[in-house]
Amino acid sequence: MYRPRDHRIVAGVAAGLARHLGLPVLAVRIALVVLLGFNALGLLLYAAYWAVLPQEARGDEEPARRDLSALAPFAAIGLGVVLLQALVFDDQVATTAGWMIAVIAVGTGVIWHQSDPSRREASADYNIASTPWLAAIVSENDRRSFILRFIGGGILVAIGLIGVVAVYAPDNSISAVFNGVIFAFVGLAGVGVVVAPLLWRTFGQLRAEREGRIREQERAELAAMIHDQVLHTLALIQRNSTDIKEVQRLARGQERSLRNWLYKPTASPTERFAAALEQAAAEVEDTYAITVETVVVGDTQCDDRVAALVAAAREALVNAARHAGVQTVSLYAEVEEDELSVFVRDRGAGFELDGVAETRHGVRGSIIGRMQRHGGRAEIRSAPGDGTEVRLMLPVSRESVTTGKEHAR
Amino acid sequence: MTEPMVEPSEAARRLTVFLVDDHAMFRAGVRAELGAHVEVVGEASSVAEAISRIGAIRPDVVLLDVHMPDGGGRAVLESIRRTHPQVKFLALSVSDAAEDVIGLIRAGARGYVTKTISPDELAAAVRRVADGDAVFSPRLAGFVLDAFASRPDVPVADPELDQLTNREREVLRLLARGYAYKEIAKELFISIKTVETHVSNVLRKLQMSNRYELSRWAADRRLV
Repeated sequence: MYRPRDHRIVAGVAAGLARHLGLPVLAVRIALVVLLGFNALGLLLYAAYWAVLPQEARGDEEPARRDLSALAPFAAIGLGVVLLQALVFDDQVATTAGWMIAVIAVGTGVIWHQSDPSRREASADYNIASTPWLAAIVSENDRRSFILRFIGGGILVAIGLIGVVAVYAPDNSISAVFNGVIFAFVGLAGVGVVVAPLLWRTFGQLRAEREGRIREQERAELAAMIHDQVLHTLALIQRNSTDIKEVQRLARGQERSLRNWLYKPTASPTERFAAALEQAAAEVEDTYAITVETVVVGDTQCDDRVAALVAAAREALVNAARHAGVQTVSLYAEVEEDELSVFVRDRGAGFELDGVAETRHGVRGSIIGRMQRHGGRAEIRSAPGDGTEVRLMLPVSRESVTTGKEHAR
Repeated sequence: MTEPMVEPSEAARRLTVFLVDDHAMFRAGVRAELGAHVEVVGEASSVAEAISRIGAIRPDVVLLDVHMPDGGGRAVLESIRRTHPQVKFLALSVSDAAEDVIGLIRAGARGYVTKTISPDELAAAVRRVADGDAVFSPRLAGFVLDAFASRPDVPVADPELDQLTNREREVLRLLARGYAYKEIAKELFISIKTVETHVSNVLRKLQMSNRYELSRWAADRRLV
């Protein structure tokens, strides 16, 4: 026994019952409506069956109807109750009570309608984007509107119950209204008990959906990164396969960015010493198509003096890249308690420091002079044919900052 | 197993090397590069294959990849070291993940080099490992310096093992700066043999150190 997805007006209870009992659907529906007259028994039966009967498994076909239209029958049921009471009893009190029951019916209907989890899936299948105002009302992905509607339905039920009790009360005493309030709470609690599991399931689905969206977002980000960087680089490499230098440059840059993506915690080069050095090394790698083997031990905050040290190191890397004629340059930096040190070493051509013209500013100005201005010192060791090593030292604790002394051998 | 009679021919014999890597392209490349210097006696692309074949072939040195689909290099190392302690391992990795590489070193690998290493340097590293020496890439040296820096929050159980001497620290610094052994010896006015001793001592301390936190800490810092 189950509720069918098609041939239904409200939730398919009548159709399901009819199929199970072998009766015409119309007869079952008429029976339910007639039962409404007996203290809304039809409605209660309908609600009970709705709660108990599972829904038919979905076939391949699209659900046939717009979900929101299922609300209309609740209004019809409510009106039916009103008319029945008015016709049968012809009594002012009973008519008012009938109106109240109608309000209860609509309120309960709203709650039931919202809390059936299968409806969430159904509404997700519809393209409601074409009617934004409808989407705003119907969209059940929004938990807030869901709760709002639930509370709205609840208020309707409560008002109805209070009204019924107040109408049937012998006089309009305060205690009658008080009783009404109590009945209202009992009624609401009843609805809540029945609805709670459905609500719980619904929120579970919402949560799962949100987690799924986050995962999907991460996957999309990764896919975008791979597309933008890896695939483009591979395409460039295929097109430039004869230009070895270019291929190496591309591959190196790609390797670096992938490694950063996979392993490195993101640190801002303007804030951290290690990140600043790595960025400088990356720039030199990209510009001069060499490899900078970077090893940084420890890390510290960046300030003006540290930034000057990084700039001097960068200049040393650029010099090595331009003049040494090698593929690999080593960059080693160590953060100690009282001193930062950076070593840039290549095994390239080398040079005589004394032979460098006074007018050349690279070494004297950008490296030695810069370090001195910031209270550090620079040593350059080089010999023709034996490579070059630039050593940069920067004292960091205040008392150890002394005037730097130039060492050049 | 070794008879004194065959000593001379043993010395002249070429080094035997076994490759473990799940990338066939990479194995082929290494085989071609190393072929001139050593004898590549076998390859394996999985942990199970490596364990069974290394046990049968008994090469001098195993070049071991860190990342493999079915368990990684560490499983190979731990299994073989139990049965064949004389086989030496050199980790050859493209990985930047500290926990893998340090895990391999602490499990008993004699060194760690990256896959971007030049063929000559790789051949030299294999030879050095076969001679019982340790091989540190600059990155690994940097990591060890960082890990053994005086850090009050790391419990020191055995001061003998858990600290580096000043000399060892100096040697590591020069390694991290890209110096070769020969250059380190010249810089510090010591013999190459002494440099080798220092490096081997550092490796021993790294492998036997009681710093349980070492690997985890390194992984947190993404140091290697």
